[in-house]
Amino acid sequence: MDIIKLIGVVIVVIGFALKFDTIATVVIAGIVTGLVAGMTPMEILTTLGTSFVSQRTATLFVLTLPAIGICERFGLKEKAIDFIRSIKNATTGRVILIYQAIRTLAAAFSVRLGGHPQFVRPVVVPMAEGAAAARGVEVTDEVADVIRGASAASENYGNFFAQNCFMGASGTLLIVSTLVEAGYDVTAAQIAGWSIPIAVISVIVGAVRAILLDKKLGERSAE
Amino acid sequence: MNFGQILAEIFYTLIGIIFILVGVKALKDPGAQKKGTTAAFWFLLAFTFICGNWIPKWIVGVAILAMAALTGIKGVVQSASDVPDPAVVRERADKFGYKIFIPALSLAFSAVVLATLGSKVPALSWITANNSICLAGIIALIVVLCMTKAEPKYAVIDGTRLMDNVGPTGILPQLLSALGSLFTAAGVGTVIANGVAKVVPEGNKLIACAVYCIAMALFTIIMGNGFAAFSVITIGIGVPFLIAQGANPIVVGALGLTAGYCGTLCTPMAANFNIMPAALLEVKNKYAIIKSQVPVALCMLLIHIVLMYFFAF
Repeated sequence: MDIIKLIGVVIVVIGFALKFDTIATVVIAGIVTGLVAGMTPMEILTTLGTSFVSQRTATLFVLTLPAIGICERFGLKEKAIDFIRSIKNATTGRVILIYQAIRTLAAAFSVRLGGHPQFVRPVVVPMAEGAAAARGVEVTDEVADVIRGASAASENYGNFFAQNCFMGASGTLLIVSTLVEAGYDVTAAQIAGWSIPIAVISVIVGAVRAILLDKKLGERSAE
Repeated sequence: MNFGQILAEIFYTLIGIIFILVGVKALKDPGAQKKGTTAAFWFLLAFTFICGNWIPKWIVGVAILAMAALTGIKGVVQSASDVPDPAVVRERADKFGYKIFIPALSLAFSAVVLATLGSKVPALSWITANNSICLAGIIALIVVLCMTKAEPKYAVIDGTRLMDNVGPTGILPQLLSALGSLFTAAGVGTVIANGVAKVVPEGNKLIACAVYCIAMALFTIIMGNGFAAFSVITIGIGVPFLIAQGANPIVVGALGLTAGYCGTLCTPMAANFNIMPAALLEVKNKYAIIKSQVPVALCMLLIHIVLMYFFAF
C-alpha cells in the first residue's frame, strides 16, 4: 500500500486548513512520512538535517533586511506614497493600474511598500473612489465594493507575480533549493530572469482589467 | 572547500548572528511575553546556521524538532523593536526625497551585476549566485549608511526589527525544501507520479504543462500556501512529467510557483491577502477581493500553461 506515503501531504493540507502552527505541521508531516516509508528515526533526522543545512540558501534574504530597514527609517514608503499622490486627473482604473505597476516594480526590487494597511487603504482607495465620484458616478456600497476589491487585488497581483524577479526573494530561493535538492543545477539569477515575463504580462492583464473597470463605471455615470 | 564555499559559510554565520540578536532582543525586552522560549527558538536556529555544516546532521535534525516544538506550543512571539517615529520619518522623507530609492535599487542591481560577473569571469567564480545576494545586501547597506549618515548600529536595530517582523515563518521555504527531500527519500514523489500517470497520456507535453500548473493552483487553493504546494507538486508532477521529459527546469520552476499564486488569488485560505484586507477596507462583501481576482487568476493560469508549453520545451 504505497498510497499511505501520501499521509504527509494529507497532514500538511489538514494542518494548514485548521491553522495549526505552520512549522510544526511541516515537521510532523515529514517525520510521519519517513516513518510510514520505513525509515529509521536516525535516517529521518539525518535526511532532515542534511537538507536543512544545504538549503540554508533559501533564507539568504535575511542579509538584505538591514539595508531595507534603514531605507524605511529614512522615508522609503513615504516617498512612494508621495509619488502616487502626485498623479492628477486619473480615472479609477488608471489609479489602480498605476498602483499595480508601482507595486510590481517595488516587488521586483524587493522594496516593501506596506501593502493593504499602509498603501491601499490610505492612498489607493480614496484616490480611486475620488476619481469615480469626479466622473459623476455615485459611489454606492456596491460600487465601493467593486473599487475596493479591485484596489486590494492590484496589491496582490503586483506582490505575487513580480516578487520572484528579485534574486534574493524567498520564493526564488525556494524554487532554487527545491530544484537543486531534486538534482537540477539552477541558480537564483536564472529563476529571477525567467520570472520577468509573468511580471510583465500581469501588468498587461491588469491594464485590460482597468479598462474594463472604467467602462463599467462609465456606464453607471451615464445612467 | 573552495573560497566561494568559505565565503558562503561566513554569510551563514552573519545570518546566524542576526538570529542571535533577535533572541537577545526578546530577552532584554522587559515587557516581552514568553522570553525564554522565543530566545531558545532563535538561538537554536542560529546554531543550525553557524554550526550546521560542521557537525553530524542528525543533531541539526534534533534542533529542527525542538524549534518545531517551540513554535507548535506558540512559544515564539515578537518582542518590542525600536520602531522609527512617523513624524521623524516624514521629515527625513522630505529631506532625502526620491534619492532614498537609490540604496533600495542598488540592492537588486548589484545582485544581478555580481551574479553575472561571477558566472562570466573565471577569476570571480567565487561570487556564486548565492554569494552575490549576500554581497549585494552588504553593498546596499554601505550605500544607505553613506547616503543617510545613519549610525551603523541601525544596521543591527533595523535588521533585527525586520527579522522579528518576518518571524519564524521566514524559515518556511528552507524547511519546505527539507520536507521535499524527505518526501523524495520516502518515495512520495513516485506515488503521486504513478497516480498522475494514470490520468495523463504519456508524452503529451501540453497536457503535462496543464496538469502541473492546475495542480499547483488547486493545491494552493486547498492549503492557502503556494510554497508548500510548490515543493509537493514539483516533486510529484513537475520533475517526472516535465523536467525528466526534457523540459527546462528553470522555466518549469519559475512559472510553477507563480502558477500556484494564481490559486492564492482565489482562496479564502490565504486570509492575509484576501480576507483580512477586505475587513481593513470595510467592504460589505467579505469576498469582494476574491471576486475581483478570480477572472484575472484564471486568465493568468492559462497564460502560464501556454508559456510553459512554448518555452520549457
